[in-house]
Amino acid sequence: MALPLGLAIATRHLLHRRRQTVTSLLGVALGVAFFIAIAAMMQGFQRDFVSRIIDVAPHITIKDEFRAPPRQPVETAYPAAVIGLRGIKPKDEVRGLRGARSIIASLEEMPGLKVAPTLSGNILLRFGAKDISANITGIVPDKERLVTKLEKDLISGSLDSLYTAANGIIIGEGIAQKAGIGMDDMVSVVSPEGVVMRMKVVGIFVSGITLMDNFETYALMKKAQVLQNRPNIINRIRIRLDDVEQAADLAKTIEARFGYRSESWQEQSSNVLGIFVIQNAIMYSTVGAILIVACFGIFNVISTVVFEKTKDIGILKSIGFRDADIRRIFVYEGLMLGVIGVILGWALGYGLVEFMGTLDFKMEGFVRAQGFVLYRTPKHYAISGAMALTASTFAAWLPARRASRLQPVDIVRGGA
Amino acid sequence: MPVLQARKLTRTLPGPVPVTLVREIDLVVEPGEFVAVTGPSGSGKSSLLYLLGLLDSPSSGEVLVDGAATAGLSDDQLADLRLARFGFVFQFHFLLPEFSARANVEIPMRRLGTLDGRAIRAHADWLLDTLGLAEHAGKLPEQMSGGQRQRVAIARALANDPAVILADEPTGNLDTKSAELVFALFRQLAQTQQRAVVVVTHDNDLAATADRRLHLVDGRISP
Ligand SMILES: Nc1ncnc2c1ncn2[C@@H]1O[C@H](COP(=O)(O)OP(=O)(O)OP(=O)(O)O)[C@@H](O)[C@H]1O
Ligand SMILES: [Mg+2]
Repeated sequence: MALPLGLAIATRHLLHRRRQTVTSLLGVALGVAFFIAIAAMMQGFQRDFVSRIIDVAPHITIKDEFRAPPRQPVETAYPAAVIGLRGIKPKDEVRGLRGARSIIASLEEMPGLKVAPTLSGNILLRFGAKDISANITGIVPDKERLVTKLEKDLISGSLDSLYTAANGIIIGEGIAQKAGIGMDDMVSVVSPEGVVMRMKVVGIFVSGITLMDNFETYALMKKAQVLQNRPNIINRIRIRLDDVEQAADLAKTIEARFGYRSESWQEQSSNVLGIFVIQNAIMYSTVGAILIVACFGIFNVISTVVFEKTKDIGILKSIGFRDADIRRIFVYEGLMLGVIGVILGWALGYGLVEFMGTLDFKMEGFVRAQGFVLYRTPKHYAISGAMALTASTFAAWLPARRASRLQPVDIVRGGA
Repeated sequence: MPVLQARKLTRTLPGPVPVTLVREIDLVVEPGEFVAVTGPSGSGKSSLLYLLGLLDSPSSGEVLVDGAATAGLSDDQLADLRLARFGFVFQFHFLLPEFSARANVEIPMRRLGTLDGRAIRAHADWLLDTLGLAEHAGKLPEQMSGGQRQRVAIARALANDPAVILADEPTGNLDTKSAELVFALFRQLAQTQQRAVVVVTHDNDLAATADRRLHLVDGRISP
């Protein structure tokens, strides 16, 4: 009898409607459990992806492009005029970062970052009867190892063997498997400029990012420049930051200073990050829908109880219970269903997450993964608990308010 | 000072055909008075009791409790007044079905909150004992007979030591002997504890034992 009176009455009401009580408890519990499981899975995947991107890809890439088309002389001459120009033909200029040397020099003076120049371009890789289109990036190994994780990703060979081999190339495992290329094999590399080069595979890497493993190859800067017929030219500067969070801001600063398009890792992966936003929206609306259904359950039980207990409400009010006392009883019922449902859901969600953790399978999407990457955080428990409690309180509030407004005389006058 | 007073109390249910339940009733009940209300079925006895017990509000006229008007009071104030000053026994015994006899009797005391848990339990047991229900204290209403339930309802009405006890045919389900016992209890409450008791009854013999008798016909007091 230690329970406060309102809670005691609420408890009895629920205990006397076991089946409905259990059903609505399960509804809340499932909503909460699914949220925890799905959130752990999706956020685990997303965080894993982001950390791999941060690890593997440069944090900022300066490209030999401009965000806006160059201003035409006539526009510069008459800034206030309305000018319509049609059929502007782009000049057939040699592409590449101009003044790359001085850009790199001034970047290197900034604290907290490492810089590596590259030249990237398309090639066709020919091995036996197989043609594979790929991207080749000319690198300076000593600088590259400071900026990307390429060296660590090598499953065979080494970065330095690019220096020692005559025409060395490092390829992704995806390409290697597709074409059946192995270490020390000779491949023909054909560039759009028509240059053909016999190259020796001196390294194979696995980054885990599917796109990279299937398309990227690396060679010495000099070889790439020969292949692309662009001597002494670089078209990308890659930057790695000590503090990844600075990437977006710094990319803007660099772009403003040098004019060249500078993309942060977020911008470069914006398509995937955009998918994540949609994924999260879907997750929240799915779980939201489950919780809404659970709330209908709660609303249903409490409405039924209010209906069945009309007589009791009349008695309590005639004894001297205030409207608020009556309302509290039924809100307690919703809260009890909510709290117990949440606790059950937490336990179930925890179990689900641990179960998913034991699953072992190979998966290849944006990234290559072994089993689920799960992100466990108290935040998911807090969010799901708060959502379920708010929803169940609200679901109880409506019938509770109706109960509190019943007039005792209308009830007792009705008789038996 | 009268503990309960009615002045020109009238209650009309609105509607296409308005029904007048109670018409211009004047009544003064002093502490210690035991009043019996009689009258044919449908004469407005229950309706009068609801008005006197502040469960219903009059269309015109007024009810005074302890000499103070009740017309301007909020719902919460009326509830508090019912809790502390009134004890109800309804025509159709109304117990909370999920609670034992004892727990039912404890409810008004727990709501009032002036006694601690032990004292509440002791008082509930004492009330049940007085009404001859000592061995039924732990039973649920469905495990008791109609008469036993009625007596539990009476015990509950007495729980907060109300100044006014309003009972609507409390002995309807009881055998003659039990009915006489209940009336004796009411009479005793009035005489020894100065409580005002208003009891509706069909039983003329019992009504004759009251201090005063109020006969209703068609919602009016008839001499
Ligand atoms: N909700 C209602 N609508 C219309 N008429 C009603 C309503 N409630 C009660 N009445 C009428 O009001 C009159 C008084 O009813 P009330 O219950 O007060 O009588 P009563 O004296 O207690 O009768 P009984 O001895 O049968 O309990 C009756 O004629 C009844 O039909
Ligand atoms: Mg009646």
